Amino acid sequence: MTGETPLISARKLGAVFDVSKPWLNRLLAAEEKKFLTAVDTVDFEIPKGKTFALVGESGSGKSTIGRMIVGLQKPTTGEVLIDGEDLFSIKDQKHLLSVRRRIQMIFQSPYASLNPRWRVKHIIGEPIRAFELMPASEIGKRVEELLDQVGLAKSDGEKFPHEFSGGQRQRIAIARALASNPEFIVCDEPTSALDVSVQSQVLNLMKTLQRELGLTYLFISHDLSVIRYMADQIGVLYLGRLVEVADRDTLFDNPHHPYTRMLMDAAPHIDAFGRTAEIVSGEIPDPINKPSGCSFHPRCALAEDRCQQERPAVRELGAEKAHVACHLSV
Amino acid sequence: MTDTPLLKVSDLIVEFPTRNGILRPVDRVSFEVRAGEILGLVGESGAGKSMCGSAIIGLIDRPGRISGGEIRLDGERIDNLPEERLRRIRGKKIAMVFQDPLTSLNPLMTVGQQLIQTIRTHLPLSQAEARARAIALLEEVGIPAASTRIDAYPHQFSGGMRQRVVISLALAAEPELIIADEPTTALDVSVQAQIMALLKRLCRERGTAVILITHDMGVIAESTDRVAVLYAGRIAEIGPTRDVLSAPSHPYTVGLMASTPSATGTMHTLSQIPGAMPNLRAIPKGCAFNPRCEKGFAPCFKDIPVLEPVNESEVACWLYDPAYEAKAKEASGASE
Repeated sequence: MTGETPLISARKLGAVFDVSKPWLNRLLAAEEKKFLTAVDTVDFEIPKGKTFALVGESGSGKSTIGRMIVGLQKPTTGEVLIDGEDLFSIKDQKHLLSVRRRIQMIFQSPYASLNPRWRVKHIIGEPIRAFELMPASEIGKRVEELLDQVGLAKSDGEKFPHEFSGGQRQRIAIARALASNPEFIVCDEPTSALDVSVQSQVLNLMKTLQRELGLTYLFISHDLSVIRYMADQIGVLYLGRLVEVADRDTLFDNPHHPYTRMLMDAAPHIDAFGRTAEIVSGEIPDPINKPSGCSFHPRCALAEDRCQQERPAVRELGAEKAHVACHLSV
Repeated sequence: MTDTPLLKVSDLIVEFPTRNGILRPVDRVSFEVRAGEILGLVGESGAGKSMCGSAIIGLIDRPGRISGGEIRLDGERIDNLPEERLRRIRGKKIAMVFQDPLTSLNPLMTVGQQLIQTIRTHLPLSQAEARARAIALLEEVGIPAASTRIDAYPHQFSGGMRQRVVISLALAAEPELIIADEPTTALDVSVQAQIMALLKRLCRERGTAVILITHDMGVIAESTDRVAVLYAGRIAEIGPTRDVLSAPSHPYTVGLMASTPSATGTMHTLSQIPGAMPNLRAIPKGCAFNPRCEKGFAPCFKDIPVLEPVNESEVACWLYDPAYEAKAKEASGASE
């Protein structure tokens, strides 16, 4: 994709969940085990200092990928390499901690992700204590710096999370993520719980921090307009598979995959007065019984026989080298 | 469209008495909806948009109450009706579609039972006639194999299909007005597009008026004829959707549009409105937007602006009030 060595690379990443009923129920109903493939051979790389965005509808596996990349969940297949190292194969505890320190996560809900019984200074200082980054006496000063960095007052450290609005809480979550001096942050729908005027504050803050600290982001969202604002490169997910990966401008100016085009058309536009989006039939299918061949074929207007039978391989298309998994895109 | 509006809300005030004083989530809100029109109520959380909808259909939870103004449907006052008469209007003349289709359907009854019950409450039909009508309604909202799906339970439907069922329930008694409170917020974009297209089609075909409550400017742009932008319980700006969104006048609407990222058009740095919507317990004196407004001047901190016509719209902002400007000038002239 790019010449630089990637900070993060996901190789043939897969996640399969066992969603079978308990053994006895299965035996009585003569049912087989059921598996849900949430993520299916996903490949991508994120160069240092860039933002890679994952976009997809519910059930597309975007959050599962985020969780696997930070190491909250072990991939069923494939691996995640951070600077060439696989988190799950590191045996040395000390070394594992030093790698983990470099990765942080910002969650969707700033209401659920902050402990309501802790003071803000305690919340923000937690990663510093957990990774034993500095003596306890210095933590207070560092927390003040962090509060300042995310646009909060030093005195806010004494308060509890409930004293803040949604946008301010997300700032606290960002300060906590920055506390361990990470290089890479997974942002899972960081602004979808926020109002637009506050969302822009948080997005701009994240961009500024990225510039100042050289951060690398994996940005997960269902909102194409937010993705367009934040991302350098975008991966479009459908039922656990990356159907298209391309640079931002390439993807928005010249989307190849029919699903990408559908997503772009279906998203409401603030400047399209009275428009009725072209209607796509159907909804995301059941991920336990995925359609054969290309998972998108039941909803795709272009689908042919081949799409029902044969799973499309990823191909490079166009001068901009978009990676597209579709038989028909040219 | 007729000249008399279907729904006329004037100076509506909703109050909640609390231990720490009276809160006003809706404060002197006035608007009209005509038959066949889609009016958008847009605003951020806490703006009072859902509370407006609940007030119209008479579903404000106690101890909240309508403490001022009036709501007229077809010229008849409906805000002060006894519960028994209100219940006959609810569902029959005004229907509501809520955000979450799973919580607005009864999980213990089949979709058909719920539809038939609603139909027979409002229309004098036999069980068999009501069932036939229920199937027709399900077909109309685009549920495939409606005659068999009618006996399914809500959990057997997908999110989008469930919202279609909720819409068919809302349509059951042929209401004149549908209040749709964030009808697509819980849905994926492709399904959202389907549901919005359905609402627009039904509104056009049946001449039903819709009040669409949402925080999504894109949905407002594509679906509504007119829009009211709410801020801290008051209307900041109201007018034809195209005018309000493409040439906003109120500094709040201007800020809101500039901070909304777009998937099309030119890329620009998102501007941001500093601060957040005020808490109802501490609404600033004068214009509620003044602490976040770059253009604030003397009158903004003193008096609450009222809606004044600006081009095609009406705007509640002192910047657009010629009288105040003259008065302000006079006052400064006199002091010199």
